Amino acid sequence: MSETVWQDYVERIEALAARSGLSFHPVEFEAVPDSFMMEIAVYGLPVRMPHWSFGVRYIYQLIQRHMGHSRLFEVVFPGNPGHAYLASGNGLAENVLVTAHVLGHADFSRNNMLFQRCQVQVSEHIVEHAASHARQIQQAIEAHGLERVEAVLDAALALEQHIDIDQSLRRSRYPEYAEPAKALADDQFRKRFAALEPPAGAAGPEAKKRAPVPPHPERDLLWFVAQYAPEMESWERDIFLAVREESFYFYPVFATQIMNEGWASYWHARLLREADFIPQQAYVDAIKCHSDVVRPVAADSQVALGLNPYHLGFCMWEKIVETQGLEAALAIRAQDDDFAFVRNHLTRELADDLELFRYSARDGQIRVLEPDLAALHEVILAPKYNFGAPTVMAQHVRADGTLELVHDHSLDGRGLDLERSRKVLDYLQRLWRRPVLLTTVNQAGLVLELSAP
Amino acid sequence: MSTHTDSRQPLDPAKWYDLFSRGARDWLRHDEKVRDSVRRHLPQIVAGGDLITGGARTVRVPVKMLEHYHFRLRKAEESEGAGQGKVKPGDVFADPSQTESSGEKGPGGREEGEVQLLLEFKIDDIVDWLWEEMQLPNLKARVGPSEETEWVREGWDRRGARSRLDRRRSFKELVKRRGAPGAIPTFTDEDLRYRQLARRRQPAVRAAVFFLLDVSGSMSDRDRKLAKTFFFWTVQGLRREYRSLETIFVAHTTEAWEFPEPEFFQVSGSGGTVASTGFAKVSEIIHERYNPASCNVYLFYASDGDNSMSDSAEAREGLAAITADACFTGYVEVSLGLSRQLDTETGRLFAELGAAGGATGSYALNDFEDIWGAVRHFFSAESRAAEGA
Repeated sequence: MSETVWQDYVERIEALAARSGLSFHPVEFEAVPDSFMMEIAVYGLPVRMPHWSFGVRYIYQLIQRHMGHSRLFEVVFPGNPGHAYLASGNGLAENVLVTAHVLGHADFSRNNMLFQRCQVQVSEHIVEHAASHARQIQQAIEAHGLERVEAVLDAALALEQHIDIDQSLRRSRYPEYAEPAKALADDQFRKRFAALEPPAGAAGPEAKKRAPVPPHPERDLLWFVAQYAPEMESWERDIFLAVREESFYFYPVFATQIMNEGWASYWHARLLREADFIPQQAYVDAIKCHSDVVRPVAADSQVALGLNPYHLGFCMWEKIVETQGLEAALAIRAQDDDFAFVRNHLTRELADDLELFRYSARDGQIRVLEPDLAALHEVILAPKYNFGAPTVMAQHVRADGTLELVHDHSLDGRGLDLERSRKVLDYLQRLWRRPVLLTTVNQAGLVLELSAP
Repeated sequence: MSTHTDSRQPLDPAKWYDLFSRGARDWLRHDEKVRDSVRRHLPQIVAGGDLITGGARTVRVPVKMLEHYHFRLRKAEESEGAGQGKVKPGDVFADPSQTESSGEKGPGGREEGEVQLLLEFKIDDIVDWLWEEMQLPNLKARVGPSEETEWVREGWDRRGARSRLDRRRSFKELVKRRGAPGAIPTFTDEDLRYRQLARRRQPAVRAAVFFLLDVSGSMSDRDRKLAKTFFFWTVQGLRREYRSLETIFVAHTTEAWEFPEPEFFQVSGSGGTVASTGFAKVSEIIHERYNPASCNVYLFYASDGDNSMSDSAEAREGLAAITADACFTGYVEVSLGLSRQLDTETGRLFAELGAAGGATGSYALNDFEDIWGAVRHFFSAESRAAEGA
């Protein structure tokens, strides 16, 4: 009953959104049980490869849900058509809100350039690709056994953030040979020099020089291992590349979270206001739900040591539309990612309005710092650099196949967590099948080399 | 909108997720990995517990969830973050992520709490895992008076006790008799088949295992507990392996007493150490109750090794007498963290015996974590092969 009412609303909300200036690919809505919603949140994709680490996240999610935190209303996957999953427990009012919200996301993912670029690479069918990866891995388990496949996934998923988004997804191997040194300008001296008798013994064409591998420090560890590991099986390489493809899909979602969630929240609020066909009660319920979603973290306690990206993004977009107009807002949603968005559009005035502050934590004490807008931007953005991972690069492969990794501590400001890094090296070493070394710095700033085995 | 599917109708492909939870599947796999890793570290985990007194049949092991490791930056001594709320620069308050009290109303936390699992293991299972490849050293099949009889299944009969009705077999008979398909099958007495049992004689492998514990004043509480824990796991394991196993518990200071098992694990004493009294008591019991010709005799002796100097000769004699009868004598030296490595009065005694070709072994047990090392030392086939070589 409410199904048909809602279907009717969906069409009208879509029409309203299109009239308001949003452009999106068609979205297929599907109502699914809460348990399935939870799994989508855990895996990031409706069907994804099996791995025990997802089981851990699943339990955390279950605990969260039992404690009454975080209810999920919708998850939407970009594409053409897009797929939106709604919790079947949503009421009509919630679904009205969620529909508008989903259309905001659909508009964002179609028009934002970072999304576009990644979608060109990954194709618009990531949901199907991920399902086929899951099947591929299931087949690998049948063919090679769970233990071996798990060892590959342990390593590949541990490195899932270590990709190079500036390179193509389907990237070819390094050139085999070093480029010959560029010919110098043909001046008078060189002509006369060439006219001299050739010195004895310098006959024959110059042997081509092999390029070192990698020719430059390589950030895309998933790709590098898949391409250059000395003894990997081809099915193991395929798993690395499958994980890498999914990382390419996740990157824009990660790097535009504040913008994207803010944009969707801005639009669900705006479309609801303008949708005069929605009955009064449903509107009030939906707005109540909206204010739950975009409220600051822990609004009931006076101070929160974190930000709600929905709230921050929503407030920023409201301000942008108010001060610069809708046209400018549409351009910003097409061109920016969170880095540009926060730096350019989180103004002093807005930061004060929202009571944002910077703090330093030391020895169990929180100290509120002097206001400094640029520093505030960087603190908000710091967890987002480099896909949220330390800068670890492949630097050299020795003649015996030993892989040398290097951590750029000057960029990250401090060294790696040694215990965890050792474990990751252990994962990797099982696939690389030769020693793996990693250089970082210790607490005192001294260079330290970890190795596996 | 209903999510229930009628079983007679084909399943709606869009509803497959009702049947299958990937999260639960991966969670089970995680659980399995935790159990595997607990199992690998089991000796350390179970060794310290108060199992020997409790009588509980399960152990609870708190474990952390496994972490899938990623490269992470070291925890900074000083970190910065962004927050929201009414504060002034220079305000200072306690970091809620560092304080334990969760009930107090303060600023919202920054980190999610850690979840601990409580895994429960049956002691029988633990013993199964631990003793998978263990066996008594030098065990000989000694066919004596206590031959065992065992009931084994052997064939079928048309008559028998109801409880031994073999349904599968009976059904086959029914099918054979019925011939024509389609008719409703009914059983007749002709169809019924009962399993038959036959008594089979089996040469028994008898073993008597003596646990001799030094409870003199020089043994600290911790030493005693260490020794008893070693004995506890040994007894559990041996009982699992050998059905006709007799265990005898003897404790000594300057005298020796035999104890029933539960009391033995509670016993403590004071006074000097005269090992020969313990050996004499063991010899006495062997001759009273067991015939070494038809029974495998073992002695495991736990002590800190500080035997009284004046007892040297007697202890040597006493031990030699037992060794003559026993398949194996083992010496466990418990010492608190000091790795004196068997360089003690009693340690030398056993070393001499071993050098003279006696079936004996020694192990210095310094820590609870090493208990499994001790068990393995005495009971695994490989380590004995290495020792013999």
